[in-house]
Amino acid sequence: MRAASVALARRALRNFLRRPQLLAPLVLFPTLLLVVNVGGLERTTTLPGFPRVDGFLDFQLAAAMTQSLLLGGVSTGIAMALDIEGGFFDRLVASPTPRLAIVLGRVLAASVIAALQIIYFLVLGAIFGASVKGGVVGVLCVLAIGIVAGTGFSALGVMIALRARNASTVQGIFPLVLVVLFVSSAFFPANLLSSPADVVAAYNPLSYIADGLRQPIAFGNALAPMLEGLAAAAGVAIAATSLSVLALRGRLRQT
Amino acid sequence: MDGIDLEVAQGQVFGFLGPNGAGKTTTVRMLVTLLRPTGGHARVAGFDVAQQPAAVRRRIGVALQDAALDPLMTGSELVELQATLHGIAPRAVRARGAELIERVGLSQAADRRVGTYSGGMRRRLDLAMALIHEPEVLFLDEPTTGLDPTSRLMLWDEVRRLRDEGTTVFLTTQYLEEADQLADRLGIIAAGRIVARGTPASLKAEVGRPHLDLVLADSSDLPRARDVVASFGDHRPATDGCHLSIGLEHGAADIAPILRALDDAGFAVAELELKQPTLDDVFLAKTGEHLEGAAQPAPEPELV
Repeated sequence: MRAASVALARRALRNFLRRPQLLAPLVLFPTLLLVVNVGGLERTTTLPGFPRVDGFLDFQLAAAMTQSLLLGGVSTGIAMALDIEGGFFDRLVASPTPRLAIVLGRVLAASVIAALQIIYFLVLGAIFGASVKGGVVGVLCVLAIGIVAGTGFSALGVMIALRARNASTVQGIFPLVLVVLFVSSAFFPANLLSSPADVVAAYNPLSYIADGLRQPIAFGNALAPMLEGLAAAAGVAIAATSLSVLALRGRLRQT
Repeated sequence: MDGIDLEVAQGQVFGFLGPNGAGKTTTVRMLVTLLRPTGGHARVAGFDVAQQPAAVRRRIGVALQDAALDPLMTGSELVELQATLHGIAPRAVRARGAELIERVGLSQAADRRVGTYSGGMRRRLDLAMALIHEPEVLFLDEPTTGLDPTSRLMLWDEVRRLRDEGTTVFLTTQYLEEADQLADRLGIIAAGRIVARGTPASLKAEVGRPHLDLVLADSSDLPRARDVVASFGDHRPATDGCHLSIGLEHGAADIAPILRALDDAGFAVAELELKQPTLDDVFLAKTGEHLEGAAQPAPEPELV
């Protein structure tokens, strides 16, 4: 099981790097939105109720990370769907590959990509003056939350691919990803959102993940928001991986 | 599928011949555990495909109709991945991969991405992947469809070599010549049912007589010429609509009398050919129709 999972993860990683159309959106879109937001909305930090931050970039980095991780989930789903469409999935199923390794290989690769995404935004932030207030521990916490969240989002993508069986349907969830992200506290503090967005944000796990990522970057280490972020990410990861394994079983039952 | 019943002996090449849509691929997908049968039993390499699918998968090699290869990976990477998935020890993976890549003649292209391969190269790589764990039973689903004659002959040679090495091969094809050349035994399938089974020779012997194909100089003479030759044997449906075809009751001995009778009636014969029974004749006898692709030109042996 371990050898098969690692082999499939290596393949997924290698293919991700060889397929720029899947890789590029993970950094391009969030970076562009980050530039637009930081460039045009800097003065929102002066709004009453906005938390005290050194700069809007410090605040927005977590939003860009969360968006990038979500897009990573979409890309993983598309890659899985392409395997199904192209018949490579059938090749795996007709071989003695442990069934769980088909899902684990994907999410394992996604966790590595998630780490790279987080590092990219930390470096980008550092270049433009956003230091991580929580220091090395803070960086490690951001990495941990990001990796777990990225794994969860990718497992969701795999689950959708197994249900939909085609890449265009998986691609179709992209706008939905943005909507879910906008009704969270990723881009603006929850207390500045108006109803009903503030209510949705309170129950949206993305709020906790974004706040968990943001805490060590913008404010310094604080156990509660960071643990909440990690817990939300872990919840998404466990639920999504379980659902994707169930989807795989369902798919294999139909064959 | 409707009551498919067949048995393949160990070490044989079993040809599963039928037109498109007859049920060949569906049968293969059930036998390789990709499709759950809704009824009946099937055992592959001694294991039930529905009850012991994992045991079946360990013992089979599969090259499906559309070579499902990852275009972003190189030939070597794909073969080595397949080796790992089949549990081959990490130390042996590279050597085994290289051995198979060489066997199918892809050493020069091993480090190229599969997306740049031709159809024939993809088929050969697919075969190498199917052989990575030295399977007891190899399933080849229309392995030469769409291939040029040279690639087709190379694949035929490999199938013969595998048989000589003791591998059982289950080969589906829509090509008569391929079935005739490769199969030790055949099952002919039409509309989901087996309509004939046996060795190619025995099946052709069942159909029996040779037939004479005639092309008249003037095609407008065809209806009257058909009446003239009717007494010499069964008239057979024309394969291309412009010639006569007669099953000969007495074999080649009937040729001269037929020609004399046509000459006496004033019909000029432009071409004639005596044909021994083919698998298409078997298909025709069993189903009343010609097999699609029956006219598919066979690869020229001198290209080997």
